[in-house]
Amino acid sequence: MTEILAQDYLLEARQMQALSFVVHIPLVCFGIAFPALVLFVEWRYLRTGDELYRTLARRWSKVMVALFAAGVVTGTILSFELGLLWPNFTATFGEVFGLGFAIEGFSFFLEAIFIGIYVYGWDRLAPRTHFLAGLPIAVAGVVGSFMVIAVNGWMNHPEGFTFENGRVTSSNAARALFGNPYFWHEFVHMYVAGFIVTGFLVAAAYAVYALRGRWGRYERTAFAVPMTAAAVASPVQLLVGDWAAREVAKNQPVKLAAMEGLGQTTKGAALHVAGWYQNGEVVWGLGIPKLLSLLAFHDINSTVQGLDTVPLADQPPVNVVRYSFQSMVVAGSIMALVAVLFLYLRWRKGTLPASPWFYRAVVLCGPLSVVALLAGWITTEVGRQPWVVYGFMRTEEAVTGASGIPVGYGALAAVYLGLVIAVGWVLVRLARMPLAGPPDDRIDTVHPLSHVE
Amino acid sequence: MALQTIPAAVVVIGLILYTLLAGADFGAGVWQLSAGGGEHGRRIRDHAHHANAPVWEANHVWLILVITVLWTAYPSVFGAIFSTLAIPIFLAALGIILRGTSYALQNAADARQRRYIDVSFAAASIMTPYMLGSVIGAVASGRVPPGNALGAEVGSWTNATSILAGFLAVATGAFLAAVFLAADAERLREPDLVESFRGRALLAGVVAGGLAVGGLFVVRADVPRLFDGLTSGWGLVPVVVSGVAGLVSMALVVLRRFTAARLSAALAVAAVIIGWAVAQRPYLLPTTVTIEDAAANDTTMIALIVSLAVGAVVLFPSLVLLFRLTLAGRFDPAAQGPPPVPGGPVTRERRKHAAQAGIGFLLAGFVLLTIAEPAVSHIFGLIFLGIATFAGFRAVGPTELAARPSPKVAGRSLRELVRRRR
Repeated sequence: MTEILAQDYLLEARQMQALSFVVHIPLVCFGIAFPALVLFVEWRYLRTGDELYRTLARRWSKVMVALFAAGVVTGTILSFELGLLWPNFTATFGEVFGLGFAIEGFSFFLEAIFIGIYVYGWDRLAPRTHFLAGLPIAVAGVVGSFMVIAVNGWMNHPEGFTFENGRVTSSNAARALFGNPYFWHEFVHMYVAGFIVTGFLVAAAYAVYALRGRWGRYERTAFAVPMTAAAVASPVQLLVGDWAAREVAKNQPVKLAAMEGLGQTTKGAALHVAGWYQNGEVVWGLGIPKLLSLLAFHDINSTVQGLDTVPLADQPPVNVVRYSFQSMVVAGSIMALVAVLFLYLRWRKGTLPASPWFYRAVVLCGPLSVVALLAGWITTEVGRQPWVVYGFMRTEEAVTGASGIPVGYGALAAVYLGLVIAVGWVLVRLARMPLAGPPDDRIDTVHPLSHVE
Repeated sequence: MALQTIPAAVVVIGLILYTLLAGADFGAGVWQLSAGGGEHGRRIRDHAHHANAPVWEANHVWLILVITVLWTAYPSVFGAIFSTLAIPIFLAALGIILRGTSYALQNAADARQRRYIDVSFAAASIMTPYMLGSVIGAVASGRVPPGNALGAEVGSWTNATSILAGFLAVATGAFLAAVFLAADAERLREPDLVESFRGRALLAGVVAGGLAVGGLFVVRADVPRLFDGLTSGWGLVPVVVSGVAGLVSMALVVLRRFTAARLSAALAVAAVIIGWAVAQRPYLLPTTVTIEDAAANDTTMIALIVSLAVGAVVLFPSLVLLFRLTLAGRFDPAAQGPPPVPGGPVTRERRKHAAQAGIGFLLAGFVLLTIAEPAVSHIFGLIFLGIATFAGFRAVGPTELAARPSPKVAGRSLRELVRRRR
């Protein structure tokens, strides 16, 4: 199993996998956080009887189902790719990590079932029943991502199995996935990110309305709910991210060294901002003495492991990891700043911000949140290289022996471009549907469910 | 032995349900593609869409279940199939993306756009079942050796058995879809749609039945071992059941007994898959890898079986609920219940308390997570931060905030701003 197959297109295979994640991960955020926001608004309807909340929740639920459809198909592709691109990884370690995906499959299932009931049941279920039918969607979205991240945590910090001669000889899947101390920070970090990304993207859409002068109570509510979610999550994310980095420093020191561009093991290591990693050091960067040691181990004179602790062949591509990490930190800090400003204005003025500059900033925070999200995942996944299972299997050992990867890559890129355009078109169309019209659109009125005896 | 076999049985059950449910969805796509223009064509396409829209996602997840069970329980077999048969599996995956995209688009399209969407995306409804069928054909005919992409990249799925299985998958999907949709049309009291789908069911039934019977001769010539498995011993039982159920369902369609026809059509298709599984046993990859060769270790198998059992307990009642609501049309408007009880907005006093609590928990969380070292304090720190975000959300009170009158934001959109600068 350890012989390396002649695969000329390893890089293309990795890019194809990366492309699939880039399209899927933002949709995961909506799976984690959007049901909670929709249910909050519906709960306000149940509490106040105000039709405005019902209209808003109902329109959002249509967006939710369109994004979920895209999430289903892109998620299916990811599971296919575990076999199409990395058959040797799955063939060797499937029995260790596969359970996580099996459970994720079930939660996906529940999500699909209840999203069907929820979205097509607006007029056909009692209000309280309808609200309850939405709760499993929110729970399943979280459970599903929990399982997938458990697998990712295991890939970064593999344990719970014995490995001899390139084969798993015994394994304990439950311990490998859930007894692993490494994945909690990934999960919490991603869970909070789900609320930030969903919050800022949805708020950005309504900030555009604000700037165009459409600012009735409907738009204000639709802006305030996601904005508040993002505003309370963003500052907390800084603390969670700092904790995550300390966990990485403890469990995956080589990744931390790549994130910080630390070539040599150093006592009282400096933190470098910007610059370029070259020949074991960061050049043209701004160095802050002893800060890295302080942040990583809470001691300005602690020793931080450098990249020199492993051979060059075992080091990840430092500049990619480092710049992704720094982009994430910068983007996250900007969002936290906007969030704190929002909270401050809420406290002092008691109203929504009036300045157009605030709304312009929110419009920018939408895409910025996606940048931070993707940069964070690039940091952890590229930082794991050249390993697919850290310390046990290299990516080049995992790749398929099949030919034609570039063709598949091109085809998938074209199809995903089409998918992104299609989803964008759907979102614009849904946004333009008149508010005042009958709450049921044409599709619902001719739906079989409305033909009740 | 049972430990090693149960996941294989789950894979077969998952494949049967995928074929019956998602297969019918793809079949509906075939009828959308061939519906033609005009008012009647539009009604056929709409009917096929509306019957599937609430359930298609749930139907498709069966495939994910099959894949995850396969790679957990028999990882090396999964690797062998997905590397040797990468081309048809990739094409099937593209078809799944297109089918899902068409549902996402339908949500927002008007009638005219829907026609274009149906026709341009329904081609995927033929490609995906054909490719998945040809994958089954390749496995059944023993053309997938163990290892990483060691089988023929093209020949493994372009042989007679694979082509037969591919066409059979398309035809059975179309047959199931026509029977299901005829039954749905009858429930909705749409006589002209009932007749349209009845005719289509008979046509597809004849094609699928012909392919199945003719296919036996193809298999005899191409894979004698599989033919023997299907025509002797236990393998003969499902084959006979399938044939009888197929004939019965055709008779029921002729007699317009669609609800009963739906069940016997499903049985006829399910029996084909069971027949294949029985004929192939004990091999997962004939004739090189048996179930016992490929099975993961016992600990994994036990964990998987327990998870599947727990999952099934949650899953099946939910599925029953979904299908009862859709198939029986039982979302009852009479059950709307009393109007909501006004509880009013969250008062200022409560928000103030929430704000104080939020700040308190934020500070405590910061100390425990960021400054303290032990892992236990980190856990509490995270919990406190979680509480802080909830309290913060409540303190902001977004709906109360939005309810206050707010001046218009006196700004131009970014687009106008950029335009003005030029």
